[in-house]
Amino acid sequence: MNRRPLIIACGALAGDLRAVLGPDSPVEVEYLPANLHNRPERIVPALRARLAAALAEGRRVFVGYADCGTGGALDLLLGELPGVDRLPGAHCYEFFAGSERFAAMHDAEPGTFYLTDYLARHFDALVWHGLGLDRHPELRDEYFRNYRRVVHLAQRDDDNIRRLAAAAADRLGLDFETHGTGYGAFAAAIEGIAATSECST
Amino acid sequence: MSDGDGNSNDGDGPGDDIVLAELDDEALVAQMHDDLYDGLGDEIFEGTNLLLGRGWGPQRVLDEALVEGMRIVGIDFRDGILFVPEVLLAANAMKAGMSVLRPLLAETGAEPIGTVVIGTVKGDIPDIGKNLVAMMMEGAGFEVFDLGVNTDVDEFFAALDKHKPDILGMSALLTTTMPYMKVVIDTLKERGRRDDYIVMVGGAPLNEEFAMAVGADAYCRDAAIAAATAASLVSARRLAS
Repeated sequence: MNRRPLIIACGALAGDLRAVLGPDSPVEVEYLPANLHNRPERIVPALRARLAAALAEGRRVFVGYADCGTGGALDLLLGELPGVDRLPGAHCYEFFAGSERFAAMHDAEPGTFYLTDYLARHFDALVWHGLGLDRHPELRDEYFRNYRRVVHLAQRDDDNIRRLAAAAADRLGLDFETHGTGYGAFAAAIEGIAATSECST
Repeated sequence: MSDGDGNSNDGDGPGDDIVLAELDDEALVAQMHDDLYDGLGDEIFEGTNLLLGRGWGPQRVLDEALVEGMRIVGIDFRDGILFVPEVLLAANAMKAGMSVLRPLLAETGAEPIGTVVIGTVKGDIPDIGKNLVAMMMEGAGFEVFDLGVNTDVDEFFAALDKHKPDILGMSALLTTTMPYMKVVIDTLKERGRRDDYIVMVGGAPLNEEFAMAVGADAYCRDAAIAAATAASLVSARRLAS
């Protein structure tokens, strides 16, 4: 029986989890498709079966999602599963930037479209194609007419990713800012899981 | 429902040969449903004028050609057959028809079946879903006052005072802004005005439980349901009073 702690996470966090957990982590990670980012109503159904199977094995499980647009449905599910926690906050932008900083950023300009490193790197697949702009580029201004800027929340100090984020802003016709965040509350939560597993081994 | 049946306006397909003016009324309306489905605004504009030219009243054109077409679009969106871009294109096509019908409907002097004030709540700026709801409610016969995005409680109240609507509609896309709906509803309660309005809420992260928890009267998961629910709730309220 596999007793290693398990994180079931959004595929968009794969690189970040590898960076925080390191190469020899005792924690096992499973991913759900990153494109659930665009269909948050499918996150809870996808998680439910995976969680049930892991818990049936007696494993300690952590959910690598924030609310992520489930509108509280994820918390309702976890309420049925004592001992299973999730990442803090409403979404990845918040747990990377930190709640206070993110709230200040959003209050300063509600018309902000956020990109993490992952979303900057996969902007084409998840945003451009995800919104159907590859097929209907004429809809760009309809989607984004109320937005004013793109804010890139940078987990890594990487010029290449910054360039990709800036190019994404340019394609959307929006101003661009980049803010270094590191891994923020995400790192604290994941390191907590890893520390727990080290104590128990 | 699929767009394959009888749809003949797929780019280079045989539909390019269809002449709308040569179709009888029934076939023309069916073709307009397909054209709405495919987001073909020019064809909807033409079809709308053709039906009017054949003596159809603007309300009948709206109900049978446009609203029914958008209802089909809504069903296929709900069922995961169509996606947001296609719904947006369909909505834009409907707007082309509405641009013809709106002044004619106003000329008829027909009373709206109700009045709606609608807005995306403070801190939130996406408005695609809210705009679809506003359009479908207008199509269902409501007079709609759209407050736009990032609407705070004072702006909602100013609109309620000015327009005295039957319905207050609020939309949110972000989990972080959803709670603002409760701020507005609680303010209605504090001012003793909660029962003056039917409060409807919607938006991607919302659900029925949330709507009930914040004290709304209805949650609507899509624009077609919102329009039907609005008509039903206004009717029920009038019968009860």
